Amino acid sequence: MEAFLFWIFAIVGVFCGGMVVWHRNPMGSAIYLVVTMLCLSGFYALLNGALVSVIQVLIYAGAVMVLMLFVIMMLNVQAASEEREGSLPVWIGAGVVGLVVLVKFALLLQYGKPPEAAEEFGTIQGVGAALFSTYVLPFELISVLLVVAVIGAVILTKRRAL
Amino acid sequence: MDVLIILIKAGLVVFALLNLAGLLTWAERKQSAIMQDRVGPNRANIGKLTLAGLLHPVADGIKMITKEDFIPEGANRALHTLAPAAALFPALVVFAVIPFGDTLHLFGREIPLQVASLNVGIVYIFAISSLAVYGTMLAGWASNNNYALLGGLRASSQMISYELSIGLSILGILLIYESAQLDVIVQKQGELLWGFLPKWGIFLQPLAFLLFLGAAMAENKRAPFDMPEGESEIIGYFVEYSSMKFGMFFLAEFVEIIIVSGLTVTLFFGGWQFPYLQATGFVWPFGWGELALPHLFVVLMQVGTFAVKVLIGCWILLLIRWTLPRFRYDQIMRLGWKVWFELALINLLLTAIIVLWVT
Repeated sequence: MEAFLFWIFAIVGVFCGGMVVWHRNPMGSAIYLVVTMLCLSGFYALLNGALVSVIQVLIYAGAVMVLMLFVIMMLNVQAASEEREGSLPVWIGAGVVGLVVLVKFALLLQYGKPPEAAEEFGTIQGVGAALFSTYVLPFELISVLLVVAVIGAVILTKRRAL
Repeated sequence: MDVLIILIKAGLVVFALLNLAGLLTWAERKQSAIMQDRVGPNRANIGKLTLAGLLHPVADGIKMITKEDFIPEGANRALHTLAPAAALFPALVVFAVIPFGDTLHLFGREIPLQVASLNVGIVYIFAISSLAVYGTMLAGWASNNNYALLGGLRASSQMISYELSIGLSILGILLIYESAQLDVIVQKQGELLWGFLPKWGIFLQPLAFLLFLGAAMAENKRAPFDMPEGESEIIGYFVEYSSMKFGMFFLAEFVEIIIVSGLTVTLFFGGWQFPYLQATGFVWPFGWGELALPHLFVVLMQVGTFAVKVLIGCWILLLIRWTLPRFRYDQIMRLGWKVWFELALINLLLTAIIVLWVT
């Protein structure tokens, strides 16, 4: 059952990931990216990361991509008309990066062992405990960063009134 | 075998949702008719049989399916077709985490009466309901109609605004019951407060209940929050939809009524808990003795309790929809951002302080 689900998510995810790049219409690309995000969340769920998988849907599919769609809708971005150009160095660079990643994954699959998951792993309790003990400093720093971003957004929109 | 049981449960839930949604269209028309001193639907018939208008949902279904399916010129065909499905999908899958009964012991098996008991149940609800906005956005954009686009923008900004209040108001519940798992939350609502009062969410979080119900209704996009559609004067996001694609938007709206009712019941009204009914039978408060009941009867009573509660919730939602006039758009936004958001934050803060103080 798990292997079956894995292959569904893998095939759909890779296909949609490709379509994000190849699709002409920015709106279509965005929708394919949403589906890719959903497939990633499926992977997290298969890896026992229940909370991460749900958060993936909530943040990326439900919030970030909605914002992107808003931008595309409001700016009325048109579909790309001309052929995409790509110079030889770009193609070579992309090929090398792809090859390195592929080799790395092959080595990982051959020699790497998945770590044993603790019982609390991936649950709300487990992630929460880790966030507020081991990773409390980065967590607080990120919250400061988010507050700065929120205040910045408010100031940008209110500039005329100030 | 386990997969089969899950499939059966999922099938039953979807079957119940879709049929109840169909029935609700009839209930809504009858309800509005009663409230406006009319007769309501009474014409659809087979021979002399009208069943008080109950055949109208069937007739509506046939009409929707057989009508011409029209895609406007210049519209994005793929996204135009995808939008209704994107609207219906979240409404149908949210119910997966809502428990409709306790564990059923049958043929030596333990069957939890819930499609999926997720450890992250509440976050799952947030996640899925955050996907609901795609249906409206895509419908507005893909129709190649400026009015539909404006309607889609109205709808999506309203939904995004009220998601905040929904999330914050449920967090209080999470603090009190110390779990995000909905079956555990319902389980804990069976305990008693001061020896006689069921520990239901509404008694512990009355403000959160009002905030949640209001925000969920705004999310549902029905009057008094039906600005995105505004069928009588301003044009909504699904103006370019016909036949079953429109039917799917319509169906999604009615399934969402059941979802709102089901979530409210689960979080604030004890879910399948019948007051004083334990797994073995009734245990009366104040030491008034017990009444043992067979297991199957108890389970049936739990499922029945849940169903009755959900139906009452749906009925109250219909009552509200036909009682209140529509808000103005700026009023909706002001209410969401400047009143409910703050109230939800205050409620969360107070709850946190009290929980910390008690424990």
